[in-house]
Amino acid sequence: MGVTTQTGAVILAQQSIAPPPIHYSAIAPVLIVLGAACLAVLVEAFVPRRLRWSVQVGLSLCTLVAAGAWLVVYARGEPMGLTTLADTLAIDTPTLFLWGTLLVLGLASILLIADRSVEPGGAFVAESSAAPSPSPRAASGGSTGGTATSIAPAPTPAPARATASVAEMRTEVFPLGLFSLGGMMVFCAANDLLTMFIALEALSLPLYVMCGLARRRRLLSQEAAVKYFLLGAFASAFFLYGLALLYGYAGSVELSAIADATAGSLRSDTLLFAGLGLLVVGLLFKGSVGPFHMWTPDVYHGAPTAVTGFMAACTKVAAFGAILRVLHVAFEASSWEWHWVLWTVAVVSMVIGAVLGLTQSDIKRMVAYSSIAHAGFLLIGAITLTDEGLSATLFYLLAYGVTTIAVFGVISLVRTSEGEATHLSAWSGLAKRSPLIAWVFTFLLLALAGIPLTSGFMGKFVVFSAALTAGMAPLVVIALVASAVAAFFYLRVIVLMHFNEPAPDGPTVSVPGAFTTAAITLGVVVTLLLGVLPTPVLDWASVGGFVS
Amino acid sequence: MLDPYIPLVLMFALALGFAVFSVAIAPLVGPRRYNKAKFDAYECGIEPSPQPTVGGGRMPVAYYLTAMLFILFDIEMVFLYPYAVSADSLGMFGVAAVVLFIATFGFADLYVWYRGGFEWN
Repeated sequence: MGVTTQTGAVILAQQSIAPPPIHYSAIAPVLIVLGAACLAVLVEAFVPRRLRWSVQVGLSLCTLVAAGAWLVVYARGEPMGLTTLADTLAIDTPTLFLWGTLLVLGLASILLIADRSVEPGGAFVAESSAAPSPSPRAASGGSTGGTATSIAPAPTPAPARATASVAEMRTEVFPLGLFSLGGMMVFCAANDLLTMFIALEALSLPLYVMCGLARRRRLLSQEAAVKYFLLGAFASAFFLYGLALLYGYAGSVELSAIADATAGSLRSDTLLFAGLGLLVVGLLFKGSVGPFHMWTPDVYHGAPTAVTGFMAACTKVAAFGAILRVLHVAFEASSWEWHWVLWTVAVVSMVIGAVLGLTQSDIKRMVAYSSIAHAGFLLIGAITLTDEGLSATLFYLLAYGVTTIAVFGVISLVRTSEGEATHLSAWSGLAKRSPLIAWVFTFLLLALAGIPLTSGFMGKFVVFSAALTAGMAPLVVIALVASAVAAFFYLRVIVLMHFNEPAPDGPTVSVPGAFTTAAITLGVVVTLLLGVLPTPVLDWASVGGFVS
Repeated sequence: MLDPYIPLVLMFALALGFAVFSVAIAPLVGPRRYNKAKFDAYECGIEPSPQPTVGGGRMPVAYYLTAMLFILFDIEMVFLYPYAVSADSLGMFGVAAVVLFIATFGFADLYVWYRGGFEWN
């Protein structure tokens, strides 16, 4: 017995293991983004400090354009959809659509992050970060003054303030953003739960760091980063525990194997539903769906505005890409048992977002609650489990993401001498000072509210009609009421901007530089185009379903 | 039937024996020169309690940097060891993959090195 096992082991060791076939042309966009992220780390190490910003911005923009160009060429060949890398990644129509969406949103985010005209030197932590930040707390000689390292012998506040106003931003945010984007692309293409978990971490960890990099209001920003990290780690643990239970149920982490297992009836349903529940909690957390939204307002408020835009748009796209794939591929057969739970979650999310959004006095927190309400609408599309609902949700993700990034672009422009003026009272009478910005913001808010001729209307229309076809009429009625309530707080801002008198010591509106202008223009144009001519994009989104 | 487990049992016995032997022999033959550090937990590092009063209970950030770098190198070993065991059967694909892995890891090393992460004092 012992002899045979030994020879068996020897034979096994000598057998060459065949590497899995890899379709490089299909996964090239991910490889380009992650490869460029590695390159960007080397740029941080070797390129002299004064050139770093230009090199990093050039590299990031070229990367996203190159990956997008490759994606377009690949998608034009009308691929059938395939799984590669030993079935860990599925490159099908939803994947390609989500990748395209992520690359467009990533491009707009990088443009916002790169901007140095609105905030001199850029909105991120300055190179001389050992000096205390020019915040009132540090200047008053509180405990924050102790952050100065022993190398710099107690710098006085005045010179620190002078250098901080011109110091260049740290450029680590670019490789971090690229790594995060690469993680998101893998996340929504992952065909087994383990790959999905690795991608979840790859997208989350850089985001936690990016949240804490604000140049101004550093304590708020760092608090946001710590909060996001702790709650994110908690959600990852939920995801992982759900994964373990599902492995116990199905004997495999592959989505298709779990789907096969749910078709049989000889297994423990407890494992299946406990696993699904925990897994979905982890995913809903990332998509900031209520009641798993607790982190959203604080993190959106504290993070640098460009990063908030990146988080609000790209993370939501990636999270809902994964939710769609998990529900459609692995849990469609068992949907009769669980769909009531997600009905409830969608209702809770819409109600929380719409009602709590009414009470907000800070514009970033208001947009955060709006994103929670939108997450509820997206979840309705995701739980229809029809092809129509799938393409509608994909369209909604693109429309919502582009509008949101432009909204945060505009928010970064309205400032006082102490930074962004995010309190709503500061926005009063904005149209009298800078009509163009006020009208752009009005248009974007109308899109978020879902008024016709904007992408928001088309997105809601296709999602709700798909839900009606799938027999979810009660949910659609609740969604319509929630949209109406949410429309009130968008309209309140519009009224505030156009019909109120400006405060005498109100904020100034910075003249945006080329980068921010480009990002906002991109957002407005796409929002308008998707509202007027949605058909080509809807057609592209409905070419095919998931492959597993 | 139980043949494959005998080496395991031997291994366990050896490990247990070594541990007991080390603990038992140390007080008998070891030199007894006491100083302050001898009374610290693990005889080194920062005392977890009471909290250091300097800087409001803060720890030097260098400890975390060192710990993170240690974990990174440790995890690199965790992946390289199983590769080394089955390097033959993985062929050129395995070599390419592991070179790519080390290169990616090296980028991070170079970054830390050139930005002064390895300069302890």
